[in-house]
Amino acid sequence: MSAGEQALAGIPGVPLALRGPAPVRVVAGFGFWLFLLSDVIIFSALFATYSVLSGATADGPSAAELFDKRHVFLETMCLLASSVTCGFGSLAIHRADAPATYFWMGITFLLGACFLTMEGREFASMVAAGAGPSHSAFLSAFFTLVGTHGLHVSLGLVWLLIMLLQLVTLGFQPMVARRFFCFGLFWHALDIVWIGVFTIVYLGAK
Amino acid sequence: MQVRAQGEAPGVHPREQHGARSYLIGLLFAVALTLASFWASTTSFVYAPGVPVLLGTLAIAQMGVHVAFFLHISTAPDQANNFLALAFGVFVTALVVFGSMMIMSHLNHNMMPMDELMKMQR
Repeated sequence: MSAGEQALAGIPGVPLALRGPAPVRVVAGFGFWLFLLSDVIIFSALFATYSVLSGATADGPSAAELFDKRHVFLETMCLLASSVTCGFGSLAIHRADAPATYFWMGITFLLGACFLTMEGREFASMVAAGAGPSHSAFLSAFFTLVGTHGLHVSLGLVWLLIMLLQLVTLGFQPMVARRFFCFGLFWHALDIVWIGVFTIVYLGAK
Repeated sequence: MQVRAQGEAPGVHPREQHGARSYLIGLLFAVALTLASFWASTTSFVYAPGVPVLLGTLAIAQMGVHVAFFLHISTAPDQANNFLALAFGVFVTALVVFGSMMIMSHLNHNMMPMDELMKMQR
């Protein structure tokens, strides 16, 4: 960008067409934000399906009989804590502080893994008790909604692992910082989806 | 200067003070709201038919806390694009969820009970 364009960009009231391209950081962040919102819309379809089918238990176990609230509370706290540690991690990246980044992102990974283990054990015990996804429409909708969220969390963990490896090999380059930044957005968005899951699926169980 | 004129990416901390403190305030609110939701779902203190409304309110409040304190989305001028995108996402989500629930409950309401249907087919 030329000096003249840079000078124009700082003046309020300059038409958008004259301001020149936005920095990559802004464009990448905004694009990823749009992706996240479309991901939320996918979840909204699954939430709608679950709400409609939650009563269709086909004489099988109902939501109130299946779910253990204490277990869900621990899962929620794991995810919430990992969201905050991820925030501390992105602040550390902002400061280009490598030990703090490894520390906070490592804790984020462990908390995410804790959450997935708890969810996996819950699913396994449900299937073992004969309440698998094929039993009723309610259970199909449950496994699809909660399973899709779990799949997102697993992919997030793989992404985090790759990002940590990139930090080891490439260091604090703008490209790596940008990807970490998008990962942070993804992780916070998953936590927001989980609020919907624990409210509608687990606490709203009748 | 350049960045401000172009709008800001979501999740960016506008000032240094928006750092760790913002996450800690968010954590405090989020934990309080989560505890309130779990309490509301088990208590007999609240009038039972009102519990789903209370749960919904607490969930929306907590989502708001996450958006403001963790994602750092605000209505500031340089966040206009992010906020508009969020508003559209919320709009479509509400349309899909409440629309489906309304249509399906009307369908259920207007459909013949299953045993009557069986009798007719015989």
